[in-house]
Amino acid sequence: MASSIRVRATANGDITEVQALIQHPMDTGFVKDAKGELIPAHFIQQLKFECNGKDVFVADWGTAVSKDPYVKFSFKGAKKGDDLKVSWTDNKGGSDTTTAKIS
Amino acid sequence: MKPSLPLAMVLAFLLALGLAPAARAANEADYKTAYSAAEAASKEAASLRHQWTVTVSALAAAKKAADGGDFDRAVAAAKEAEALAKASIFQATTEKEAWKAMEIR
Amino acid sequence: MKARASILLGSLSAALVAFALTSPRVVAADKVDPVADARAFQNFFFQKFPTVKHEDFVNGPYSMNEDMKRQWQEKEEFPPYEFALDAGKEMFATPFKNGKTYADCFPNGGIGIRQNYPYFDDKEGKVVTLELALNRCREANGEAPYSYVKDEMASLTAYMAFTSRGKPMDIKIPDDPRALAAFENGKRYFYTRRGQMNFSCASCHVQSPGERIRAEILAPALGILNAMPIYRSEWSGMGTTSRRFVTCNSQTRAVPLEPQADEYRDVEYFLSYVANGLPISGPGARP
Repeated sequence: MASSIRVRATANGDITEVQALIQHPMDTGFVKDAKGELIPAHFIQQLKFECNGKDVFVADWGTAVSKDPYVKFSFKGAKKGDDLKVSWTDNKGGSDTTTAKIS
Repeated sequence: MKPSLPLAMVLAFLLALGLAPAARAANEADYKTAYSAAEAASKEAASLRHQWTVTVSALAAAKKAADGGDFDRAVAAAKEAEALAKASIFQATTEKEAWKAMEIR
Repeated sequence: MKARASILLGSLSAALVAFALTSPRVVAADKVDPVADARAFQNFFFQKFPTVKHEDFVNGPYSMNEDMKRQWQEKEEFPPYEFALDAGKEMFATPFKNGKTYADCFPNGGIGIRQNYPYFDDKEGKVVTLELALNRCREANGEAPYSYVKDEMASLTAYMAFTSRGKPMDIKIPDDPRALAAFENGKRYFYTRRGQMNFSCASCHVQSPGERIRAEILAPALGILNAMPIYRSEWSGMGTTSRRFVTCNSQTRAVPLEPQADEYRDVEYFLSYVANGLPISGPGARP
């Protein structure tokens, strides 16, 4: 199974721009399935980007974030070739991690 | 104002139709008559591939009301289903030719 | 209900009057002429939207609205259909239980052929769409067919469309009365009003492209299938051509036909043929 995280990070001078797409159902717990039964809540609780051993972006999420979320941000202090580690954990104990090279 | 006169007459006529049975409570036989008429019309619409979703739900509502013993409501829903089905049949019939008016040529 | 019925009656009789007025032309056009139809169809859109580049029509609502176009271009850097595309690529390469693959069912191994679908199959005497061909491929190899509207089918067609991006739509109508009848039937389906809303496909996608329908911008009918399958944010997922037809029908309060019914196959044939020459842009992303 391919990774649930797509990430692209590009350094432009001092600023690194990061875009990420994460595959996740992000069920709110309020939606019913075709049989009329509630789909239990299933959502990412924390999303973290680390670079050179430092957290550069940490998001504590709830059910209000859409399915397959997309994140875009930029930060200072990284250069081309550095590793950017992305990880998430959800409310059911699921998690995924990937590492991308800043280009 | 000419067109409004027949329109009013049609409305009055339909209203009268709708109100007349309300004088007495409908019974199961009334429902069965109304339902089978509605079902026949909806089957015809389906065979023309012009069924409307609202016809299907009105039919289901009629059945549900009858199952619950509310024949007044069941008859009303069945009559609505029949009217909707007839309108969809009318649409199917006229559109056999009328679609050409919309064609880009 | 009564008021609605009389409005319907009114609009239908108006349509009849309009029909009566145009009937001499109708009689003249009794012969099925797909070439002339496609030319007229394309010219209608080219003239209605003179500033839109011809190959841009395949981008649906984005060709009609600058603001949406900018948002979409940004989105395309990280498109929402990417997961489906990767899944499709993987599925396409994975052999069936008997060792064969999808590539064995299609010309050129299934790569770069999206623009030739749907085609008219002279043995069957009917139109065969890409979705239908994929499920027939599965069944011929002893696999259960996929749902026409769900994710697996969309993933497969997304991958096949992706490998064909930029290629001009190239639908052939053989000189066969059954093929011409299928084209004509598709055209009739496209223009026929249905459902309680009394809408035809053309009511939205010919008469009102670029206009808003609630918060959405309507796509032009020209090239609308070139972008299939699509990721729709409204659906939070991928949808096939079948799914698009089914939901369009139910939105007009018409009971949809079963996916890949003859009428749907024919209307896909018609819509694809009139978009001949416009590039494949699928998989697409729509709000």
